[in-house]
Formats: sequence, structure tokens, C-alpha cells
Amino acid sequence: MGSRLRGNDSTGLTRAFLPGDCPMSESPLIALAGVTKIFGAGAASMQALRGVNLTINAGEFVAIMGPSGSGKSTCMNILGCLDTPSSGSYRFKGVDVGALERDQRARLRRHYLGFVFQGYNLLSRTSALENVELPLIYRGAPANERHARAERALAAVGLGGWADHTPSELSGGQQQRVAIARAIVTEPAVLLADEPTGNLDSARGREIMELLTTFNRDQGITIVMVTHEPDMAAYARRVVRFFDGVVASDEQRTAQALAEPA
Amino acid sequence: MLWNALLLALRELRRNVMRSFLTILGIVIGVAAVITMVTIGGGATLQVTQQVASLGSNLLMIRTGQRMGPGGGGGGVAFRLADADAIARDVGALAGVAASASQNQTAIVGNESWSTQVTGVDNQFFVVRNWSVASGRQFIDSELRAGKAVCVIGATVRAKLFGAAEPLGNNLRLQKLSCQVIGVLEAKGQSTMGSDQDDLVLLPLRTFQRRISGNQDVRLIQVSVQEGASTEKAQADIERLLRERRHIAGSKEDDFNVMDMKEITRMLTGTTQVLTALLGAVAAVSLLVGGIGIMNIMLVSVTERTREIGIRLAIGAVEREVLTQFLVEAVVLSSFGGVIGIALAIAGSWGLTVYLEVPYVLNPAIIVIAFLFSAAVGVIFGYFPARKAARLDPIEALRHE
Repeated sequence: MGSRLRGNDSTGLTRAFLPGDCPMSESPLIALAGVTKIFGAGAASMQALRGVNLTINAGEFVAIMGPSGSGKSTCMNILGCLDTPSSGSYRFKGVDVGALERDQRARLRRHYLGFVFQGYNLLSRTSALENVELPLIYRGAPANERHARAERALAAVGLGGWADHTPSELSGGQQQRVAIARAIVTEPAVLLADEPTGNLDSARGREIMELLTTFNRDQGITIVMVTHEPDMAAYARRVVRFFDGVVASDEQRTAQALAEPA
Repeated sequence: MLWNALLLALRELRRNVMRSFLTILGIVIGVAAVITMVTIGGGATLQVTQQVASLGSNLLMIRTGQRMGPGGGGGGVAFRLADADAIARDVGALAGVAASASQNQTAIVGNESWSTQVTGVDNQFFVVRNWSVASGRQFIDSELRAGKAVCVIGATVRAKLFGAAEPLGNNLRLQKLSCQVIGVLEAKGQSTMGSDQDDLVLLPLRTFQRRISGNQDVRLIQVSVQEGASTEKAQADIERLLRERRHIAGSKEDDFNVMDMKEITRMLTGTTQVLTALLGAVAAVSLLVGGIGIMNIMLVSVTERTREIGIRLAIGAVEREVLTQFLVEAVVLSSFGGVIGIALAIAGSWGLTVYLEVPYVLNPAIIVIAFLFSAAVGVIFGYFPARKAARLDPIEALRHE
């Protein structure tokens, strides 16, 4: 892939990923500039992103909408540092993600990002508590701290008494709440949610959205959420619409509109 | 991190107890086979050594003819009693010199007959072979000098011909010779070569020469060297003396041979060791097969758990951590196999040694080696699947159904 390297010194990058480092106030949390993504090569190649410009500041709650094939999932993968742009730049806290090695991106995810997926993606046959503890294990947290934080996170999503249950013993809504607990247990800078309510009925979906709203409001966690349900997008304060690999519209919702979701 | 990986691995294996067990079966069998083979081999070697020692490890056997392998010889010009006397007189540091001659004969008592080895000896025979009479007595000088018709019989002959009846004082017929049983030898059981040592009838040498063989030949001279004295020196002295007495010129080969029992011990233990090594090698191949089994299951496991690996990678696991997780899992599996195999081998080889009537000699080194080897099998055969897991693309892995 043609990710453009900027000659960053690697020690500086490594330092930037240490936990607890303070964000550089002058740069936005997320800045995409002219990002393209091309899959495949030659005649069979497919251009998923055709120059996306997007800036997201700390504390925002952004919904990304758009028809399937519009590039929103590809964009989420790049935002989540799971993939790198073919060209253009993605700066996370001022750091050029495209120039990072695979393991450096993994460390960035570990310390700054939380993921919630449409299909929950919990470890099967593993208790809710152990699922929530998982990211803390990779952070090297001691066992007692892990337990305490995981239990607090479960309580925060309203599953205080369900710690010992495995995913197969939980309903879809409960499983997604475990997934949210797993995403927020590390107190990430950004929570990336890929159609978090896609597998749930609207009542369960609203519960999930209210949870996300709470974490955004109370803990200041930046949330970027892909959805194609307008009801769910209505919880966000900003809606970005993708069409054909570019940002087609980007609207801030007013405080009044937020007060009474559509 | 390693500790975490260990806990994770144990949890994973507990989830698939049956599969884990079947996976390690190859390693279990391999390790158990290697240790059992080595243990039985070690026991057999010890047994051979012990048996030869019971025969008298200071024993030299002098036969006519050239060496033809263990117990070989025969042929050539026979010795005379005078040769044995000369050895006793001229070679130092000997505990005993026993001249003997043997023939196969049918011994008859009443209606019972039994084909056995009839050997003419004197009382030195009991000394050099470290063999005593269980009931009755040895020969007395007058019987030896006069060539009386008396005999000492082995335990097998006694059982075959007399059954429960009392043999002492009764007669036993060899061809036309009827001789009185004056003693029964202590039972010695099978020899190292597998022959029955107790299947024999001893006559005074003179009686044997006159009444059975009809000549003055002595075919075997057994010499026991005094404790602590060099058997090599005694052997060299005897060879020199006999060459002189048999008029063998400087460059000509000996027409007799002197066999040191120590040499036989070495030969036999050498054979058992080669056999042990061979069986051990076969068992080691099964360890290799076991390792391939582990690799196979680990590959299946990686495919099955692609989604899990995707989750871990998305959450922030680096390649190394995923690699370690799967590698530790493979090593834990194979080490478990090793431990179970060792336990099985300890019990199994004990049972086998009892059954085979071989001493139980457990070699701690082979246990340590087998364990380390099984762990190494896990590392070697677990590495490829673990690397495959670590290099998965998180996006692809998360999409995997």
C-alpha cells in the first residue's frame, strides 16, 4: 500500500502512545485529509474512498450514515487504525497513523480506542467479566485492578449481577452492553461503534444509544458511530453522510434538535 | 504476560478436554514408549550382568579349537588332565582349576528317561562355578581316584526322573553304567544364553572317561581367578603355558581359546544396549508423529478461533502476544502429554519388569530428557500455527464466520 511516510522519528511516536500522555491541544483528535482507499490492483481494483476530509474533536458524538458501499465501513476501519489509507493522511492526536507499523497501530488501539461491533464480537464460552477484562490484560493491569475495573464497567452498563454469565446466556441487548463495557473499561479517547444497534429491536437499540450518550456526556468519551437508522443517528450531535466514497454532507445538530430526537 | 498466556492456555484446554486429550495421545504414547523401552533395556542389561556375575565374573573358560563366538570352540586336539594340573601349578593367583568333559546322554530311572548333559568333573567344579549341593554331598577323594559309579544331579534332572521321590541313594542309569545319586545341586535357573543350567548330571571325571567317553580327553578347563587379581594377566599366563605345552610355534594361531566371562558380559550388554537404542528410536518416531498431531489440531484451532484472534487484535494485542498465546497453548498441550506419558511409563515399565522378571531400573535422566523433548515438540510444531494466528488481518478475522 502506498501509505506516505513522513520520516517521523519512531521514538517520538512510541512516546506518543504511552498511556496517560496528554493530548496535544492544538491538533484535533481525528483529522482525515484527502484520504483514499483502493482495494485490489489494476482493472479489478475498487476505490472505496475518493478523498475524504473529516475532522473530529475530542468530546464529539458523530454518526456516520450512508448507503451500503458508500465507504463508511472502510472509513471506520481506517479511523480504528485497523487499516491504513492508500493516500492522504490520517492524523490521530497529530500522529500520522499511515506511517505506523502494524504493532504500533495495535498499541495505539490498545491505549486510545474502544470498539463496539454490530455482531457484539464477544469471546464465546467466556464470562462477561473476563470479556470486559480482556483489554486490561493487554494493558498489563494487575489482576485485582482488572477485576475491580471490569466490575465497575459492567455495573455502569447495568449488568452488575451478570458478571459470571457467558454470552450464550445473555440476550442480544445484554451482549452488546457487555461489548460496550469492554470498550469503555480502558477509558479510551474514542469509542468506535459499527452499527451497534443493527442486530437489536428498537427498544433495545434505544437503551444502547442512551448508554452511549451517557458515556459521551459524563466521561467525555468521543464517539464515532456508523448507523443507517435515522432514529439512532438522532442521538448524535453531528451527522456525517457518505456517498460514493466522499463526505456528502456534514451537519451539526442544534441543542434544540437534540432535546427532542426525531 | 507469560503467566497470562499460561492461564489462557489452561482455560482453552479445559474447554476442549476430549480434544486436548486426543491431541496429546500421540505424545503420551511416544514418551511412554521411549521411557519404557529404556527402562526395560536397562533392566535387561543389569540382569545379564547379574547373571554373569552369579556364574562367577572371575571365571575363565578354556576350550579347544579357535574362538567361534560366545560359547563357541570345540574341535581341535583335546586337553589332558595334566594340562589342568600344569595351569594350577604354574599360573598364580587362581582360586580353582576345574577340568571337565561332557556328552549328551539319556538318563534312565525306572520307566522315566531324560536326555541330559553328562559331565565328568572333580570337586574343583563346585569351587569355580560357585555352586553348592542342596542336599547330599560332593564327591569324596576315593570316589574321584577310583572312578566310582556315583553322581550329583541338577534340579531339572531330579524333577524329571525322580519327581517327588527321594533321589539320594537311588540309582540312575547312563548307557550301561548304573550310578548312585549322592547329591542334588542347588537350582540356578536359566543361563544368560537361555539354556537350563540345572539340566545336568555330574560324574567323577575318571568315571566319565572310562565308562562314558572311553578316552582321556578334557574338553573344558574352567579357571576362577582370585578376588582382586587380574583376569587379563591370568588369561595371558594360561595362553602362554598352553601354547608351550601344545607346541604352537611363535606365529601360529592358538588352537584353543580362553574366554573371559567379563568379555561375554560386555558382549551381551552391548547387544541389549543396541536393541534398546533401536526400540528407543522407533519410539522417538512416534513422538514426532505426536508432534505433527499437535500441529494439525493447533491449525484447526487457529481457523476455528479466527474471530477470537480478530477481537484480540482489534482490542490491541500485538503480533507477539497472539504468537505467545498459541505457542504457550501448544507447549502446555505437549508438556501435559509428556507428564502423562512419564506417569504411564513409570507404572507400565514397572509392570513389565515384574512380568519379564527383569530388575526395575528407572533412569531419571531419560525422564527429564523425555519431558524436555515433549515441550520442545510443542514449541517446534506449535510455532507455525501460532505464527499463522499472529499474522491474521484483524479486519478479515473479524469478518470470519
